[in-house]
Amino acid sequence: MSETTTADPVDERAQSVPSPLQSKRVSTFLYQRERFRLGALLALPMTWLIGVYIVSLFLLLITAFWVVNPFTSRVSPGFTLENFVSLVTVPAYLSTSLRTLGMALAVTALSIIFAVPLGIYMAKLASPMMRNLLVVAITLPLWAGYLVKILAMRLVFTENGFINWALGPLGVSSPGFNIWVAIITLTYLWFPYMALPVFTAIRQLPVNLFDASADLGASGFPTIFRVVLPLIVPAIIAGSVFTFSLSLGDYLAARFTGGATQMIGSVIAANINLNPPVAAAFSMVPIAFVVMYLMVARRTGSLERM
Amino acid sequence: MKTKQVGVVSLLAVSTLILSACSGTSELTLDVPDVPMIENVGEFEGELNIVNWAGFVEPAWTDQFTTDTGCVVNSRAAGTSDEMVTLMRSGEYDIVSASGDAALRLIVGGDVQPLNVELIPNFGDDIAEGMKGQLYDTVNGMPYGVPIGRGANLLQYNEDVTGGAPESWDVVWESDSPYAGKVTAYDAPIYIADAAVYLMYHEPDLGIENPYALDETQLAAAVELLKQQNGIIGEYWSDAVAQITSFVGGNTVVGTSWEVLRKFADTPSIKTTLPVEGSTGWYDAWLVSSSTPNVNCAYAWMDYTSQPSVNGAIAMNFGMAPANTAFCASSEEAQAHCDEYAAEDEEFFDRIWAWTTPIEQCLDGRTDVSCTSFQDWTNAWLTVKG
Repeated sequence: MSETTTADPVDERAQSVPSPLQSKRVSTFLYQRERFRLGALLALPMTWLIGVYIVSLFLLLITAFWVVNPFTSRVSPGFTLENFVSLVTVPAYLSTSLRTLGMALAVTALSIIFAVPLGIYMAKLASPMMRNLLVVAITLPLWAGYLVKILAMRLVFTENGFINWALGPLGVSSPGFNIWVAIITLTYLWFPYMALPVFTAIRQLPVNLFDASADLGASGFPTIFRVVLPLIVPAIIAGSVFTFSLSLGDYLAARFTGGATQMIGSVIAANINLNPPVAAAFSMVPIAFVVMYLMVARRTGSLERM
Repeated sequence: MKTKQVGVVSLLAVSTLILSACSGTSELTLDVPDVPMIENVGEFEGELNIVNWAGFVEPAWTDQFTTDTGCVVNSRAAGTSDEMVTLMRSGEYDIVSASGDAALRLIVGGDVQPLNVELIPNFGDDIAEGMKGQLYDTVNGMPYGVPIGRGANLLQYNEDVTGGAPESWDVVWESDSPYAGKVTAYDAPIYIADAAVYLMYHEPDLGIENPYALDETQLAAAVELLKQQNGIIGEYWSDAVAQITSFVGGNTVVGTSWEVLRKFADTPSIKTTLPVEGSTGWYDAWLVSSSTPNVNCAYAWMDYTSQPSVNGAIAMNFGMAPANTAFCASSEEAQAHCDEYAAEDEEFFDRIWAWTTPIEQCLDGRTDVSCTSFQDWTNAWLTVKG
């Protein structure tokens, strides 16, 4: 509360704001009870995290141990590890998991390949006007709905679509819908989550590092590989956590632009009504992949610097 | 690959299809939970909660129903049969417009009750002959469903590319299809039955009598065929709009479709045909929940929607053949609709195997083997797409 300058409302304020004495009592109370203070601070976020987020996830995941009546497709509580075993023993499930993992890694790699040069250009070479324009251009797709973007990509790659119309005369034809188009679509969807942290990180690099590198005789590429890249690894990891985990969970991109491509999400979506236990078991797979990814990232030490 | 045989065997096969489709399923006894049937209609409860396909429940005909009975209609549109089953099991809905592949699951699971058809006067002589007493809504001689309408899964093709109607489904199944990479298939486990229909015709040695009664060997053969098809698939479809844009956009040349989707595609070169092997199709019927508190409103609704005008309005709105054929004679527009969807053409529908839930007990009457259940089909379907 600032000591305000308005003319009259002294008595009004007395009604709406606790008196100095009262608020002092509250702060004394809180000051003396550290645990209560902490509890009050965390109550809301914890209710959200445990009550809404963890519990609902837990309820879903626990069905992975339940069984389905083959006659009526009804789910009943029980305990079986069969659903998890099938993840590995059914070749189609295993290949779906590995394919999804490969796609998520490819999307992440593509995002890095695009984001680093773009980030360097935006941070170090572009005029302020150009820089702002590019920031808007990168974030602009985030304004549009997710499904709209996927359907837009569908239109671009369709037989009578943009690629065949614009590049057809040059002899380039659309590949139709397949796994590569799904990867491109996913890259398009999640690119901003990589580009922005990378750009910010490069922008924060001290200019004198570039000067020093140049003074020591390094030209552009050695400077990028030996100075810039090592310093922006935390930003790349931060971005890749998004591109990787978001790609793992997606299935609409595969459904609309992937042709016959099946991802983990497709299996979950197909099973959520028919065989919820298998769907639940399958939803553990991306979680496992992300945990493994984070552990690897932690080993590199870049999570501490994030 | 198999086209050479087609001409020779087609007549024979069609006639066996007709025979087998007509031979009743009355001998088949299923183990069904004992759910009581109501004796008479009482006071309306004032409310009716419906799970339905999009387009089945519209104010154009529900308003009149509410005025007549005082039953306020709440509709929830479901996207797939599996979603319908899940919703009905939640116990929050009174009645469902189930296709045959959902109906048998609900009946065997005790989720729906047998119907007293005497309380549904409009369920009478005008109901298309082929829609009465079928397995998906009549079990152990007890009726469970009131027919709404039906449709076939037809072979849709782009005439500009194919140059004419394909005679056989082989263009969507065989690896040497001239349209490899431009083929679409329906993305659901029930599509396994389409493979079985093809095998029934081309691989008689497998001994498939009913595409919904597959033992393990027969299912394996169907899955093998589906995996072969996977190699020439451009896209699977479950979303109707995506299927339409795929055909119109040129990414898909041949594949399974519904008459109504061809209509929406609204492109002269995109046509449908029923190949020699016959096909699968869907017969929809109203089924009433076994735990409904609004049973009187449900009976009133079934009677109301079975009258020619309302049944026809639903059929026209959704794009299917109406169950009540009396609608066809009601106007020129109605007759045109009935002709387009073959509503009165029982010979056409004799070649259509209506979606039915596969269960362990063989639906073709075999007792020496155990058949594969829908759960097996579900698991098999996921291995197809790998």
